[in-house]
Amino acid sequence: MSVLRFEDVSFEYAGSNGELPVKALDHVMFSVEKGEFIGLIGHTGSGKSTMIQHMNGLLRPTSGRVLLMDKDLADGSWTRQQICAHIGLVFQYPEYQLFAPTVLEDVMFGPGNLGMSEEEARRHAEQALERVGIQEDKYERSPFDLSGGEKRRVALAGVLAMEPEILVLDEPGAGLDPAARRSLMELFMQLSHEGITVLCSTHSMENIAEAASRILVVDKGRIVMDDTPAAVFSRIGELEALGLAAPEMTYIMRDLRAAGIPVDLTALTVEEAAQAVLKAFGKQAGQDGERR
Amino acid sequence: MSFFDISHLSCRFDVKDENGDVLMTNTAVDDLSTRIEKGTFTAILGTNGSGKSTLARHLNALLVPDEGTVIVDGMNTADADNLLPVREKVGMVFQNPDNQIIASVVEEDVGFGPENISVPTDEIWKRVADSLQRVGMTSFRRYSPNKLSGGQKQRVAIAGILAMKPQCMILDEPTAMLDPQGRRSLIDTVVELNHREKVTIVLITHFIDEAVRADRIIVMHNGTIRMDGAPRTVLQDEQKLAQLGLELPQAAKLGAMLREGGIDLPAGILDGRELTDEIIKAWKRAGH
Repeated sequence: MSVLRFEDVSFEYAGSNGELPVKALDHVMFSVEKGEFIGLIGHTGSGKSTMIQHMNGLLRPTSGRVLLMDKDLADGSWTRQQICAHIGLVFQYPEYQLFAPTVLEDVMFGPGNLGMSEEEARRHAEQALERVGIQEDKYERSPFDLSGGEKRRVALAGVLAMEPEILVLDEPGAGLDPAARRSLMELFMQLSHEGITVLCSTHSMENIAEAASRILVVDKGRIVMDDTPAAVFSRIGELEALGLAAPEMTYIMRDLRAAGIPVDLTALTVEEAAQAVLKAFGKQAGQDGERR
Repeated sequence: MSFFDISHLSCRFDVKDENGDVLMTNTAVDDLSTRIEKGTFTAILGTNGSGKSTLARHLNALLVPDEGTVIVDGMNTADADNLLPVREKVGMVFQNPDNQIIASVVEEDVGFGPENISVPTDEIWKRVADSLQRVGMTSFRRYSPNKLSGGQKQRVAIAGILAMKPQCMILDEPTAMLDPQGRRSLIDTVVELNHREKVTIVLITHFIDEAVRADRIIVMHNGTIRMDGAPRTVLQDEQKLAQLGLELPQAAKLGAMLREGGIDLPAGILDGRELTDEIIKAWKRAGH
């Protein structure tokens, strides 16, 4: 059974001042199995965020259906609260939604809304804060006094505290420095290993190539590729025509192969690329860069 | 004369508890002095919390110094009479475009700045058309900004600054929301503004690959300048950059790993193209 399915979903934004409606999603179809880590890529304006807002019923399709565990999000099978308990959606710049006087209260708000007792909500909140690496000495601080990276983590903890089975992330790394971005990505990979289904939109091809098990490429509101990272990123020409790019390693491997060096074209990460080049040179690679 | 002259600048923020009592004081910028010359392209690198955004906000008098002075093209930002002229000279583009867009139609948003400084109407429309074209958003000029994507809004925000014809543009992580091509074309636009129109550029970023095209790189950490020089010089010191929390571009990391693995490559390669060429040379040297 798929945990989330888009069935021929189209969505139009109403036009303003007598203009034509804008078609943001155009017959989108895909289904997500439990435990998958899906990367959503597409140039700005391709429809990724609109798609994401359909995943927890914030937007409803103009036509077609979005199904959570085989039940339609829009026909009353799910209450708002049930949807939020199943799907955790983390918006772009989630730190702008922080509001409570203390970090702990902010993170407890979500679980409280799901009907948990204060004690239970606190336990969930503390676990989530530990997950994202916020130390106990920050619990009673105002979230507004934290650094940008810490605020992002607190906002994420607010969603994790609801223990969603599906985590939907809209550009979670935007604005973070590379180290902070990578440690967030590692957290998502770990959550995915624990059985949480992750859908993540991003502009960082390097980060997503490493993390995702499957990639959906979105263009003009349609899904134009749906495959493994290695397969998707091997189609460099098509990606560039869509305003995207492959990870930097893919370009280097392609150019080395074109120059007659027999490297593995599917290497996506720095480790894989190093191994591929060392192997071609007949040198022993230090560690195996095996991909999961 | 330098365009920016920053002398012993410090900036502190108090962290307060619920009763308003001061818990601790964070020092965002700590006794910092530097000059930035007219017409140059300077990149300021640093991790989250290094103080680079706080410094940037002092450059167009969004913040005025607690301690020390900031002189912008001869004007001291501590003098309230200088605030408007400073902000006319120095335009600022922020990370999140949602905080910068105010009008309900794209072209009105872009025209808002010049209208505010009493540019004649005909000239405003000329500037709006020109600015939108330079960021590739002409076909969206009648759209409502809230129907645009994050990256599209960022282009509109940049057009709004271009329409002010500022002498200097400060960009605070402007590519955080952009896709790879959007990122590249934004940096291209910035480089072109600098080269062709001699706009002084200060680019705040986490990404070393964006900073490579600047004339000068300043690396900040804990509110102070820790490295300062031409990109080649600054970026050669991989160890120090790593200590300061910055990551080298992937090509540089690959180069380092290959050198460690025994392939004969020069040190300090930053760019994928250059690395590819060097690997091919090494391949030929190895007798293939």
